Amino acid sequence: MSTTTPRRRLIAIAGLIAAVPLALTACTNSSDDGDDTSNASNTGSGDNAEAGDTVRIGFSAPAADHGWMGAITSAAVDQADAFEDVELINAEGTNDVNLQISQVETFINDEVDAIVLLPFDGAAMTDVATRAMEAGIPVINVDREFDSPFAARSTVLGDNYGMGVSAGRFICEQADGNTDAVVAEIAGIDSLPLTQDRSRGFSDALKDCGLKVSNRVAAEFTVESGERAAANLLQAAPKIDYLWNHDDDQGVGVMAAIENAGRDEFVMVGGAGSANVMRMIEADDTVLKATVIYPSTQGADGIKLARLIAQGKSMSDLAEVEVPRVIQLSAPIVTKENVDQYMDSAFES
Amino acid sequence: MSTSSVAGSTQQTTATPERTRSLGIARNLGLVVALVVLCVVGLITAGDRFASSNNIITILSLASAIGVVAIGMTFVITGGGIDLSVGAIVALSSVWASTTGTQAMAESVGWIVIVTTAIGVGIACGLINGLLIAYGKIVPFIATLAMLASARGLAEIIADRKTQIIRDQAFKDALGARPLGIPVIVYIFAVVVVLGWFLLNRTTFGRRTFAVGGNTEAARLAGIKVQRHTVYLYALLGATCGLAAVMLMSRTQTGSSTHGLMWELDAIAAVVIGGTLLSGGRGTVTGTLFGVLIFTTLTNVFTLNNLSTSVQAVAKGVIIVVAVLLQQRLANRST
Repeated sequence: MSTTTPRRRLIAIAGLIAAVPLALTACTNSSDDGDDTSNASNTGSGDNAEAGDTVRIGFSAPAADHGWMGAITSAAVDQADAFEDVELINAEGTNDVNLQISQVETFINDEVDAIVLLPFDGAAMTDVATRAMEAGIPVINVDREFDSPFAARSTVLGDNYGMGVSAGRFICEQADGNTDAVVAEIAGIDSLPLTQDRSRGFSDALKDCGLKVSNRVAAEFTVESGERAAANLLQAAPKIDYLWNHDDDQGVGVMAAIENAGRDEFVMVGGAGSANVMRMIEADDTVLKATVIYPSTQGADGIKLARLIAQGKSMSDLAEVEVPRVIQLSAPIVTKENVDQYMDSAFES
Repeated sequence: MSTSSVAGSTQQTTATPERTRSLGIARNLGLVVALVVLCVVGLITAGDRFASSNNIITILSLASAIGVVAIGMTFVITGGGIDLSVGAIVALSSVWASTTGTQAMAESVGWIVIVTTAIGVGIACGLINGLLIAYGKIVPFIATLAMLASARGLAEIIADRKTQIIRDQAFKDALGARPLGIPVIVYIFAVVVVLGWFLLNRTTFGRRTFAVGGNTEAARLAGIKVQRHTVYLYALLGATCGLAAVMLMSRTQTGSSTHGLMWELDAIAAVVIGGTLLSGGRGTVTGTLFGVLIFTTLTNVFTLNNLSTSVQAVAKGVIIVVAVLLQQRLANRST
């Protein structure tokens, strides 16, 4: 259980509008930039926005037991509501792989027009997703990838490696040539590929400007574990210049530890992009100066793609006549300068 | 081991004090050795960073909340039970005590409301556990497993799966204070350890706990109200969980349904390493204190040396085995 909860808290927030207008809106004139307040659930405009044949889309995701998954699911539902030609069949979120498989089987039996699936465990859901594909139902895979390329018609992914790169680049920029700077990292659960990807991106980006991670600890994506890991880390490194914390949820604990230790000599970068963190960045009165976004609107994008595929449409911003196989969302850095742009799409952790 | 426990329990009222004391010292010797070795490793590898007063305070602060739970767990395990729901109770207590409702009440009445709410919720959960086990005749493993699931579930419902920030400044000031440079929660931990030791070793309540855990039937025949005592034990553990939630709220300034994940295992591990018999009838508060300190120091030393959590996990496993083996050797030699 403990490996699942953190994973879902991971992702937060939604800088999609600016980051990937194309995936979101699927429209001929991308008119919705940052000024669109209804962020996640926009129907877009142009040909693809017009109601077509009504399609029934099955949606299944893990239990919404943390902010991120809650946001994923509610954004997906809102997105479906925004389309008058989409009928969403929302399966109750579950962390039981067996139950999730049976949910997909029910979708297959119901002969839905498309399935949007955020698997609890990508590998475990590969077989049933392949069966759905074989039954002629397009499957849109969200966030956690299947094992087989035959199991999904299209895949929407976040960019964990890119998160690390964005954080690393920001720190490089701040360090401005100083290669002696002490960089610390508070990772999430180390055994998860997503954590490894983030760390890899981070160290790759730092390498570019001659920096490296001097101190690294792993937490468990929970507030309490973040506090514990950070308290020890701050003792390990008496002086830090830059600190990247992978996840804003555990970041609440990290900030508490920093406050407990009375430290303020460094610049901290967050990860995911919770509303709480956005407010701190805007207020600019803590060590937290930036965060890196991991969009929580992937499910909503999945719904949009599923609709297009089921209706036989394409993404009209692209020359391509089919919906692409893979769409990877961007992981932009949020600082005081551009926080306004992302604030609306952030959610409470 | 089994012989000594039987002997210890049946002769509880007459021969135990001296016997347990000599056994206790021998048992704790292994733990002291383990802790000293860890500290030496810390000193050699991290030097001043390890020995600095700030670092020691960090270790003690980190040990405090889980330590309080482990002390409560010592009583339940000594009494022949087990509680898998402690982490979930900590989570529920922290969430309940940090809702906007509770915080609003705390605003008008005082920060003590947050503390009493947390401890009250803990005691209530403990009472439910105890009643189910003592009068409902459900085995502790199952009853507390049910509590584990439902308490965390309830915490998620109340918190709406969000992290609740504590805004009550008076609460933060009161529990975040550092008399003599040491955080209040460390004092709380110290008080709990002393009270726990006294309660287990110097009171009728403690002797009854040993008796109930050692041989329930004999305890019953000796006139102990076994069922009522069992309820007390779980309620006591619930109270320590509530207190731990308060300490965690002070450190993280949040209440969250994810607080205390896997604490049940950490607490049980600390208790058992300490030398408390998992089957009941023998228990030591001092041993538990060492168990908690060993784990917390281990994490600290590893972090100071920038080692990964995977290596840490391996070391944790090795230490559990080595500490238990050491205890057995030393305990056998002394008897």
